[in-house]
Formats: sequence, C-alpha cells, structure tokens
Amino acid sequence: MTEETTGSTPGPASPAAATQRVRFYQTGTHTLGNRLMDAESRTVQASTDRANAITSGHRACQGCGEALGARYALDAAMRAAGGKVVAVNATGCLEVFTTPYPETSWQIPWLHSVFGNAPAVASGVAAGLRMRGQKDVRVVAQGGDGSTTDIGFGCLSGMFERNDDVLYICYDNEAYMNTGVQRSSATPPAARTATTPALGAAPGNVFGTGKNLPRIAMAHEIPYVATASVADLHDLEAKVTRAMAICGARYIHVHVPCPLGWGSASHDTIRLARLAVESGLFPLFEAEHGEVTAVKKIRRKVPVEDYLRPQRRFAHLFRPGHEDTQRLAAIQAMADANIRRYGLTEEAPL
Amino acid sequence: MTGTLPFAITLDPGTSRLNHTGTWRTERPVYLSRMPPCNHACPAGENIQNWLFHAESGDYAAAWAALIAENPLPAVMGRVCYHPCEGACNRGQLDEAVSIHAVERFLGDHALREGLVPRVEVPPSGRRVLVVGAGPSGLSAASHLTRMGHAVTIREAGPLPGGMMRFGIPKYRLPRDILDAEIARILRLGVTLELNTKVTDIDAAFAEGFDAIFTAVGAHLAKRTAIPAHAAGRILDAVTLLAQVELGEAPQLGRRVIVYGGGNTAMDAARTAKRLGAEEAMIVYRRSRDQMPAHAFEVQEAEDEGVLIHWLRTITDIDASTFTVEKMEIDAEGRPQPTGTFETLEADSLVLALGQDVDTGFLARVPGVQIAKDGVIAVDAQMMTGRAGLFAGGDMVPAERTVTVAVGHGKKAARHIDAWLRGTTHVKPPRPALAGFETLNTWYYDDAPQTRQEHLALLRRQTGFEEVTHGLTEDTALYEARRCLSCGNCFECDNCFGVCPDNAVIKLGPGAGFAIDYDYCKGCGICATECPCGAIQMLPETT
Ligand SMILES: Cc1cc2nc3c(=O)[nH]c(=O)nc-3n(C[C@H](O)[C@H](O)[C@H](O)COP(=O)(O)OP(=O)(O)OC[C@H]3O[C@@H](n4cnc5c(N)ncnc54)[C@H](O)[C@@H]3O)c2cc1C
Ligand SMILES: Cc1ncc(C[n+]2csc(CCOP(=O)(O)OP(=O)(O)O)c2C)c(N)n1
Ligand code: SF4
Ligand code: SF4
Ligand SMILES: [Mg+2]
Repeated sequence: MTEETTGSTPGPASPAAATQRVRFYQTGTHTLGNRLMDAESRTVQASTDRANAITSGHRACQGCGEALGARYALDAAMRAAGGKVVAVNATGCLEVFTTPYPETSWQIPWLHSVFGNAPAVASGVAAGLRMRGQKDVRVVAQGGDGSTTDIGFGCLSGMFERNDDVLYICYDNEAYMNTGVQRSSATPPAARTATTPALGAAPGNVFGTGKNLPRIAMAHEIPYVATASVADLHDLEAKVTRAMAICGARYIHVHVPCPLGWGSASHDTIRLARLAVESGLFPLFEAEHGEVTAVKKIRRKVPVEDYLRPQRRFAHLFRPGHEDTQRLAAIQAMADANIRRYGLTEEAPL
Repeated sequence: MTGTLPFAITLDPGTSRLNHTGTWRTERPVYLSRMPPCNHACPAGENIQNWLFHAESGDYAAAWAALIAENPLPAVMGRVCYHPCEGACNRGQLDEAVSIHAVERFLGDHALREGLVPRVEVPPSGRRVLVVGAGPSGLSAASHLTRMGHAVTIREAGPLPGGMMRFGIPKYRLPRDILDAEIARILRLGVTLELNTKVTDIDAAFAEGFDAIFTAVGAHLAKRTAIPAHAAGRILDAVTLLAQVELGEAPQLGRRVIVYGGGNTAMDAARTAKRLGAEEAMIVYRRSRDQMPAHAFEVQEAEDEGVLIHWLRTITDIDASTFTVEKMEIDAEGRPQPTGTFETLEADSLVLALGQDVDTGFLARVPGVQIAKDGVIAVDAQMMTGRAGLFAGGDMVPAERTVTVAVGHGKKAARHIDAWLRGTTHVKPPRPALAGFETLNTWYYDDAPQTRQEHLALLRRQTGFEEVTHGLTEDTALYEARRCLSCGNCFECDNCFGVCPDNAVIKLGPGAGFAIDYDYCKGCGICATECPCGAIQMLPETT
C-alpha cells in the first residue's frame, strides 16, 4: 500500500562543509579514497594523477595480483621520488606480460636483463647514477618469488650485504608462474604445482622446506624490511613511501595472488590476499636493522581453511569425505605460530 | 607515444595500449543502483540512503530537501515513527543499525531552526482538491498536491490540525512546538485550512467545484467491551483521555488507574495517567509480554516510569473500586484461555485502550464506496474508492495504523490524484534489485557502535510532559550518518578505480562516479568483489 523510491547515485559534490572531526565510519579508513577524506589520507591509487607505471593493454591474466601489486608499489615509489624512478626487472610474468616486443606497458624508465641478476643490475644502475651525481634518481629492483628466493638469491644477498642504495621488491605469487607453475622455495606446504603434483600419500608441496625471505633479509641487518599485501593498499603504500625515504638496501615482500597458478577465481585476488593476512599465514610487519618495529594487527581473524578452500591448488585437502584434517591442522599451526611470533592479535601483543 | 617522453626514456616504443585486452572478456562490470533495504522497508517511501549521503558531507539543507521530497513531516517522524527501516538496515548485521530516525529528527529540527522551506516549482494546474481531515495523511497529501501545482483546501472537524499526532500521541513524545511548526510550514505552501468544519456530504463537496477529494478521517471511535459492572467507578476510553489532556481538560482519575489493553495507546494512556499524578498506573493485558502489540521499547519506557503491567489477565467483574481479574494461559495455538483462577485489583478508574473503529457513516452513503472487512473503507491500487475522484488513506483504509503509513498513503494518493486530474495514470517505476547484505563487501567499513539518544531524568518523566528522548548533536548526527554503508549505491570510495589490474576504470570526477573502459577491461570482476556497497554487477557478455 505504499509508494517507494529507489536508491540513487550521488548527486553533485557537496560543499566543503565536511569536517574531519568525525571519522569516516561509512568507509572506515579502509577504502582507497573517499569524497569526504583529506587528500593526504587517500591512497595514491585513488588519484587520477597516479603514475600508472604499468598502463592498460598488458597481457597479464584476468585478475592478476602481480600486475596490481607492481603498479601499487611503483606508483607509490614514483609519488615518493617525485617521478624519478628507474625500475629493474627480473625475468618472470611481470616482465613478460608488460613487454612483448614491440609494445611496452611501462610508463617509467625500465630495464630487464636476465632471470637471476636483477639485484646486481640494480646495484650497477645505482652506482652509475651516483657516479653521474644524479642523487635524486632512485632505483627499484623487482622480481617474482622464483627470481628472488631461488635463482637471484646470491645477487640479492650481495646487494644487501653491500647495503647498495636499492629498494628491492619481491612479488610473491608462491611459484614460478611464467613457465607454468613450478615450485619455488616460496611455495607453501601442501600446494599443488606442476612439480609438486597432488598425487600419492602426501600430495602437493612438502612440509618443512622453503625460505622465509623477509627474515633472511632481516638477518642482513639492512635498514628496512617489510611485508605487504595487495589486500591492504594503505599499508603497502605507507611501506613503500617509508622505504623510499631511506638510503641503502631495502626489501619489501608483497603477497600477490595468482588466479592461474592458485586455481582461484579472478575476482577473488584481493579477497584471497586479505584472507591470507587475516588468517595469520601472511603476517604484515616492518623491521629496521634486523628488528621488527611494527606489525599490522588482524582485524577479523579467520581460520586458514577460509583462505585455502577457494584455491584449487589446495583442493586435495578438502576431498569430500577425505578432508586432510591432519595437514590442515599443521597449516593452522603455522598461522598460529605467526600470530604468536609477530603479535598479530590484541591477545598476542608483540 | 607522442609528446614529451617520460624522464630518461630515449626510445619511442609502441605502447601496450594498442592491445585491446577488452576482447578477452566473458563478463562485463556494470555500475548499478540497488534498492537499499532501509528504503525498501520505509512505509513513507523515503530515499534514506540518499539523504544520509548528503548528511554525511554536512550538507544538511540538501539532505533535508531530499527527505521532504517524500515526507513533509521529518521532525515529527524522527520522533514517532517506529522505524521499520532500522529493522531492515544492513548495518544491523555488522554491528547495530544506523539510527536513521535520530538523524531524520536532527535534520527536521535543523530545518525548523534554520527556517528552511520547500519550493513549489510547478505552475498552478487550475485544479482544486479537497482534503478531509488534517491528520498526517491529509497533511501529507496536501503538501504533495500543492507542490504538484494543485489548489488544496483541508477541512478539519476538530479545533486544531494534526489528528492523532496531537490528540493521541502525548507531548512527552512529540512536543507541540515541533508539530505546530511542521504543520505551519505545509500551510505556508499555500494550503487553505478550515478548522471546526466536519465534512458530512461528499457529493455536496464535489458540487462545490472540487475536482478530486482525498479523505483521511482516521479511526476515532473507541472500541468498548462488555464487563459486568455493579457499581462502576470511572470508566473512560484512552483516546478521549488523551484528547482531553491535550485540550487542558484532564479528567480526575484518582490515585489508582487501570488501563486495559496492550497496544501503544495503552502505554501512552498509562504513562499519561502517571504524569497526571496517579500513584499507581497499571496495565491489564490478556496475553503475554511477547504477544503485546506495543513495541518493546515503549513497554520498557512505561515500566521505567513505574507503570506496572499485569500480563495474562482479563477483567471479569467491576464492583466500585474492586476489579476481579482472571488469570489466562496461552494455548497451543497461541491464544489466551481462561484458567478459572481469579484475583482482585483496586483502582479508582478504568481506561479502555482496546483500539478504534472508523466512522464510515458519511462515506457509506456515497454511491460506489465499499466498506472492507473490519469496517474500513476499500480502496484500489490507486488509493481510489469506488466513487470516481474520491480517494482515501491513512487509518481509515486497510493497512497498518501508523503516522508513517498515513504519510506514505498521502504521498501515494497525491501521485494518483495528480495523474487522475491530468487524465493519465501514475506508473510506479520498477524497483531495482534489493541491496542485500550479501551484495556488500563489509571489510571496508570500520567498527562503529550506534549512538544512543539521551533520556530525560526519570523523576521529570514521572511528573511532567517534557520530551523524554533527546535529539542528537551535530557531531553525533554526522557520526551516525557516516555509519551508513550506502547499500547498493556508489559513494565514490575509489575502490574500483584503484583495484583494477588493467587501469580500465575511468574516474569521472566528484559527483559523476566512474565508467568502465571496455577497450581494456578483461572482466576479472575484482572491482565488483571489492566494491564495498554492491554498486557493480557482473553481466555475461552477449557477443
Ligand atoms: C495514543 C496513540 C499513540 C500513537 N502513537 C503512534 C506513534 O508513536 N507512531 C506512529 O507511527 N503512530 C502512532 N499512532 C497512530 C497514528 O497516530 C495514526 O495511525 C495516524 O495519526 C493516522 O493518521 P490519519 O491521518 O489517517 O488519521 P488521524 O491522525 O486520525 O487524523 C484524522 C483527522 O480527520 C479529522 N476528521 C475526522 N472526521 C472528519 C470529518 N468528517 N470531516 C473533517 N475532518 C474529520 C479528525 O479530527 C482528525 O484530525 C498512535 C495512535 C494513538 C491513538
Ligand atoms: C636462467 C633462466 N632459467 C629459467 C628461465 C625461465 N623462466 C623465466 S620466468 C621463470 C619463472 C619466474 O618465476 P617467478 O620469479 O616466481 O616469477 P613469476 O612468473 O611467478 O611472476 C622461469 C623459470 C629463464 N628465463 N632464465
Ligand atoms: S600467471 Fe599469474 S602472475 Fe602470471 S600473469 Fe597470470 S595471474 Fe599474473
Ligand atoms: S546502512 Fe545505510 S543504506 Fe544500508 S540499510 Fe542502513 S541506512 Fe540504509
Ligand atoms: Mg612467482
């Protein structure tokens, strides 16, 4: 018996009557921008002035987390360095999908050499710039987890050890994706890859192997190490900005879901990255000179199952009637250990 | 690439923008507006999400304008509406519903303080409409019809306008300066109000030259019940009591008062009796607390003020000041059944709050007018009675009896009357899909508990008619407005613009929203998943 109206999209922008006295609970502080937020509180990505380091037309898969993570990080670096950034890239998806000859998606100076030497090339670029007196130009090196934790590891350790003035960013999608999803030393236990098939008594990747690169970087006692995720852009941008303000060797490890390699829906890329953080499997922290200085608390804790179940690479853990409770518990124990180690919940302070 | 090359780039490579990845797409993101559940639940058809959107930015004038486009009595409604919107509010599933009524009241009061007035933007239609009854339904219809360009006259039987908002709802819930000011604003639009003018002959009114008539005479005949009374004390009905109090003619009720009934009227009668000085104000109700038609918060407020409620009791006998009550039991069908166990209560007067009937006499005579079940007037989907040009709404037609429904009927009838006068039909626009909780990505909203409205000190509540519930301050109103999740409607958070791995979202600028660049959108759907408010939908590609 009543007349109803429909919802509506926003009308013209309201006058600047808005105040910052009252927080933006509508959006929390968690959306990328907000019409009511101070410009400084918005992310770089919310701005039409962002560098768009990787422009449209690149050939990454639908929903690629690495394409997103790299643009997030480099746009923040560009903002921090006033647009003067040179990027060096290891071989991998990021390199391949952005530069099929004769096209490029890069809108910043960008170099690629080979799979294993990006840290060394970046050290060289930094040295060259220093020799030319171009102190204002900053160098960012980047690679996938394969190039970082495996083949380029020696070069990277050297770059750390010499404290070369390079920010190295690893985009961790937890396998060698570009060549067809082979295991790397960042592949998590139980994950199915082309080289760790879901066959036999203990399907998928083995437990108890692999490297924790952020902690290895910390062991070099370099000025700055951080982990970040495409699920928390405010945090990621703050870390890149912080890193850009520091001289010497810096390392940021960004978690970037890969729909192809993980067997996940393309629209779930950010959601999965968020679940990795919220379960405790991917802790977000910062460390300076080898000491953890800050952690990002978990806002809404979830069991690891919420994160694992949507991914086909873990499907063998959830076979109907044959749930692998033992190995699920082992993965949960890894998350719980992270929560304790980094103090990720209010109950577990650092 | 043309123009100046970026820093340190020496070659001119081809850009990947030559590669239109949009051809990969199997699904396309499309921006849409969904129906927010609050709007869906509002009997007055308010666009709550939209006026909260304006309020969030501190633009209270725009918020109020959007509010009164649907409801001309926001300061009243923010106080007396039972706010079904809040029961439907998605935020309720997150922490607590947005206190919509409190923000509405803030906006209504703000407009009164600032003297904001709506504009009549259309030229006069030359048509005359008579509204019978100056209750919320009649006032709403008059306001909307006037703003549509018609000349409206209201004829009201009573000495003052407002209907049950004045002669039913007590002052301590709805201060009269607020009611008077909102009614005066409607009249200032150019509505003619004739008081003390009871309409008894509809045909004569048409003969006077009115092109259409909207009747909203309410339901004022108190229902009675037969109780064997030997030497009955004072017995009166609740609506008479409340009307007399309003006119300054409060009757003597004595020290102890029994109110019989379990609706909101019973609560108001008992709370009024308390304020008039009764030491004991009791309610006798034949069903249980859970079955009471009164809202839980009203029962609570009555009990807080010292009203004693006897559940599961019927009055079987009255002997002077001694009332015999029988205990009841709820049977398997949920109906109260007598138990044969009796008690007595002592009281000086009995107030019957057993509901009201519609006085249909003057309408029953009109050819074509049909009486529906329960003695109310039958209307069609256009709110028209069986007599062409005679419309009806509010308490007198089959519907829930609230100020909000009455106001909604007034608006709905106005739209149909307007169409009828212009020889067309008003077609309600199709309603978009509901913005259910599952369409939201609530991760992006911060935790924020609801603001509680302050209450008057208890002693003052028990002794006077001062308003019980306080309003919000500007800060708390702004905070509360900003708790809105903007269900189903873009609020320009920039998430879609930021999360696209392919830079395929175009930001159109403040107020203009976003567009998808389908040349590059691969259809991954991240924008739709990460939109906090569900304003993006993935649709299959057709080609
Ligand atoms: C005690 C009490 C408390 C209530 N509290 C609330 C509440 O908190 N919230 C809520 O939403 N609802 C409440 N209600 C219900 C609400 O007041 C009614 O549903 C609403 O007022 C109905 O509006 P109406 O316009 O249909 O009729 P009314 O408000 O009854 O107005 C009808 C008007 O028509 C006039 N009239 C009657 N016959 C004629 C005639 N022949 N010619 C000219 N004029 C005539 C009457 O004098 C009256 O002014 C309450 C009701 C009561 C009794
Ligand atoms: C020396 C050498 N070995 C092997 C390869 C083949 N190769 C190219 S990219 C790649 C995997 C890259 O994996 P990762 O570094 O994790 O990046 P991703 O593609 O997952 O982003 C491999 C094995 C190569 N290019 N060079
Ligand atoms: S394989 Fe994975 S990392 Fe490589 S482009 Fe596709 S989604 Fe991105
Ligand atoms: S959160 Fe806002 S838009 Fe959603 S139901 Fe509640 S008041 Fe309405
Ligand atoms: Mg990889």
